[in-house]
Amino acid sequence: MSDRAMGRIGESVTRLEDPPLVTGRGRFAGDINLAHQLHMRLLRSPVAHGRIKTVDVEAARAMPGVYAVWTFDDIRDVPPIDFREGRIEKYEPFRQYILARDRVRYVGEPVAAVFAADPYAAEDAADAILAEFEELPAITDGADAPGAFDDAGHRTEADIVTQGYGDVEKAFAKAAHVIEREFVVGRHSGVPLETRGAIGHYDAAHDVLELHGAAKVPHRNREALARMFGRPLNAVHLFESHVGGGFGVRGELYPEDVLVCAAALRFGRPVKWIEDRMEHLLATNHSRQQRHRIRAAVDADGRLLAIDDTFFHDQGAYIRTHGARVITMTCGILPGPYKVADYRATGHFRLTNKTPAATYRSPGRFESTFVRERLMDAIADELGIGRLELRRRNAVGPEDMPYALPLVVLGDDVEYDNGDYVGLLDKALDHVGWDALQADLQRRRAAGEAVGAGVAMFVEKSGLGPSDGAKVTVDPSGAVELITGGASIGQGFETCMAQICADALGVDYRKVRVVHGQTNRIEFGIGAHASRATVMTGSATNEAALLVRAKALDVASDLLQAPADTLDIQDGVVFRKDNPDGPSVGLGEIATQLLPTRKTLGGREPGLMAEGWFHSDHQTYPFGCHIAVVKVDRETGHVGVERYVIAYDIGRAVNPMLVEGQISGGFAQGLGGALYEEFVYDERGQPQSVTFADYLLPTAREVPDIELLLREDAPSPRNPLGIKGAGEAGVTGVGAAIASAIDDALQMPGAVTQLPVTPQRLKVLLDGARD
Amino acid sequence: MKPAPFQYHAPKTVADAVALLAAHAGDDGRILAGGQSLVPTMAFRLARPAHLIDINNVEGLDCIAEAGGRLCIGATVRHAAFHKPVTAGPLGALLSAVVRHIAHYPIRQRGTFCGSLAHADPASEWCCVAAALDAELVARSARGERVIQAAAFFDGAMTTTLAEDELLAEARLPLLPEGTKFGFQEFSRRAGDFAIAMALVAFRVEGGRIADARIGIGGAEPAARRIAKAEAALDGAAPGKDAFAAAADAAAAAMDPMEDVNTSAGYRRDLVRTLVRRALEDAAAA
Repeated sequence: MSDRAMGRIGESVTRLEDPPLVTGRGRFAGDINLAHQLHMRLLRSPVAHGRIKTVDVEAARAMPGVYAVWTFDDIRDVPPIDFREGRIEKYEPFRQYILARDRVRYVGEPVAAVFAADPYAAEDAADAILAEFEELPAITDGADAPGAFDDAGHRTEADIVTQGYGDVEKAFAKAAHVIEREFVVGRHSGVPLETRGAIGHYDAAHDVLELHGAAKVPHRNREALARMFGRPLNAVHLFESHVGGGFGVRGELYPEDVLVCAAALRFGRPVKWIEDRMEHLLATNHSRQQRHRIRAAVDADGRLLAIDDTFFHDQGAYIRTHGARVITMTCGILPGPYKVADYRATGHFRLTNKTPAATYRSPGRFESTFVRERLMDAIADELGIGRLELRRRNAVGPEDMPYALPLVVLGDDVEYDNGDYVGLLDKALDHVGWDALQADLQRRRAAGEAVGAGVAMFVEKSGLGPSDGAKVTVDPSGAVELITGGASIGQGFETCMAQICADALGVDYRKVRVVHGQTNRIEFGIGAHASRATVMTGSATNEAALLVRAKALDVASDLLQAPADTLDIQDGVVFRKDNPDGPSVGLGEIATQLLPTRKTLGGREPGLMAEGWFHSDHQTYPFGCHIAVVKVDRETGHVGVERYVIAYDIGRAVNPMLVEGQISGGFAQGLGGALYEEFVYDERGQPQSVTFADYLLPTAREVPDIELLLREDAPSPRNPLGIKGAGEAGVTGVGAAIASAIDDALQMPGAVTQLPVTPQRLKVLLDGARD
Repeated sequence: MKPAPFQYHAPKTVADAVALLAAHAGDDGRILAGGQSLVPTMAFRLARPAHLIDINNVEGLDCIAEAGGRLCIGATVRHAAFHKPVTAGPLGALLSAVVRHIAHYPIRQRGTFCGSLAHADPASEWCCVAAALDAELVARSARGERVIQAAAFFDGAMTTTLAEDELLAEARLPLLPEGTKFGFQEFSRRAGDFAIAMALVAFRVEGGRIADARIGIGGAEPAARRIAKAEAALDGAAPGKDAFAAAADAAAAAMDPMEDVNTSAGYRRDLVRTLVRRALEDAAAA
């Protein structure tokens, strides 16, 4: 047999996705054009909070090329956008209508929609709409006192979300030490290279509503659209094309998606909308903003007796598709890798007059890891215990596994599956040469440099169940089609699924065509979010491919006159294990024998194909640690990252190169949140970060290469392949590790309490210390 | 992010360009050179010129020449022209050192030296250069030509004393005498961003004493300018830590810094002190 790389699990083979992308033949939302399409442009609110006095669209309607102009009156029959998980009654008053009803609640909220022959005419007409607002006071801080959300008596505190266990008060009463701190995580979010895009089309010939430009969760969005428009599921289809980055924000159901569908249905013409960059920074989900007041009760040795966290979650103007997901996740995952005897988290779910917030890569974990790891540093500093030693004393050990907590994450009871957290920390420290590094940093600090190192540990979660399916078909040419309900957002989904399929079936991964994001090809799908795809869709793919393999061997056993268990499949060819160069039969030939017209079918179902399902009771919990080495310029407040190490136990890597890509990219985003990116608002709620000159994504100059220590020491017992997710580990610990390293560089324990650490904020810290 | 409608003109001569400008100045006629500031502003519809007069095809505006002890830079000379020294003396080296701080490589291929001056962004590196070196700015209009001194050209943020019918046709910089030392420092959050503050310094050392000191500050105030008090702290002093610190303190004290939601005046003032000192150290070390 051939010894070239077949793309088996564990091989860093190149991506199947790349040839069209690197030759300019990709097809993104902007590339989709349908005959007779109209272009949509939105008039967005210029005020953060106000009553709509008038929206005069007459002049706009009369402009050349304009087909229609809508305000709320035109879409009264369309309900507000629902939650992905279905009805959540107490949050219903806070849902967003697709065009503002009587009030606007953030700058950027859609107020009117223009439909015109081209994007220029549409934008000119939107400009000609005369809208007047009676401005109301804006709430711009989630920790400020709640106010009125509407005239029906709803307040801007939508909920108080709590999770916890044990008797926290009692623990604090008996604690040797109580350490209390306040930490702030700034508002930032995913900013994909490709902005959002949506093309609505009503196929009257088949009575099907189509939405192109879908991403992330096409099947879930199909359900939501079907509900909103009162159509059966089979009369709504979503189509994902190439997607230039997801990160949690892309692919949710937004007002614009619903508007193009509503307009396509009403006009009988396709309607296209492509978001521009300024709109993206105003209208696509923000994330992360939380203020925590956290206290820890510890014994004399620094062991955690209890953690009590009260935090304010700045949700922005509306509750979108995720409902309370981020705030609930924050509560559920905050304890992380440490044993906390008693625990209470109280999250104030606050509406403010800013862009609505939802999930962004590592939601709830980036935030809670910063808060928890800062708290651990504070405890260590206050008790005079080393920062690493404190973590060792409190870490969940391998002997504690599986480690269940009476907490909930994504509706799933928390139960860490396995792993040696301190063992991984030791490997990371060993990799970085911790003792030599410390000696070097000390020497440099003595010479006047402000250099330091910081460590953050975390537990991730991945592979949310409960079920996912996939279908594998081999055609008479020997080509393999794998149909999934997954989604490809640039992460390498196709390659990973092809590798899992190829490994189980015994073919070259390049022979596998992976279908994703097409609701008309498969009934169910979980899409790509929450680091689920490789665990769930990958495991389902494995099941389906194994079933096809079994069927192929069964047929081959007839053809080769040998028992199935004496046969093997490699590179699409079945042969006898004891005679690899002897008689053989290709999978294509077997598929031919299984055609419905063939007498060779025997009693079998036609087709060399199978559907496979995977069911999981619990998520899997990968874990890692980050080590940052930074240098601070005391005079300017600039922070440069000299070295960054990420140690991560992924259980089993399907394609280590793609894992490294995921983690490197995640790190860049984490660094953005730690040092650069922030959606700033002024006191009237006017956004100040609406261009790339003001919203600072780190560039190649700011992002150092990371050193990745990828381990497979703890394969998950919760799926047959031992897989854990890879999508978010690069982000999770960055804020925490950088903050700790800055403290160390300045020799100011506990200095950093807020992200991002901007040069000016750092200067204030330094000047405060100087005075 | 689609611009509002505008009329596009593409003259071939300076005479035609200034005639068009005269005809449309009252109707918000604007010159288009590199377009690296104007075009994004139009895309945001913050600028809505009814007429755009594109000078990229105008003959003779793309030349760099030395005349009368000055370097003459035409209106369509791109930033990238300065990546390599355009003249053998200190000025060529100075411009090459500064240009790599301007935005990013693709932007430097399109944006122009004179366009930056006419746009007068407070954070423009070329405005700082023009102010520090006392550039002469040549304005052309249908009415004729006049020469404006840099100190009289910049008139606040995004504002110059060019009349609305005037085209900035050329900028002239003094060829600095041999032996001139210079240093340039700026601080921005990321490489290529608009600087929060910048300092350009130049001086000569004669008999162990500093002479002809120039200190230009950009980014911190609405317009770049020379800081006479800081220069006075240098002239006649021995180059070194004390003189540099005194000049840095004087420059910081002379500032009336801008303030915005991200950046306080105090922070900008502190930066000016640091950047002036570092620029002087760089100059002395060169």
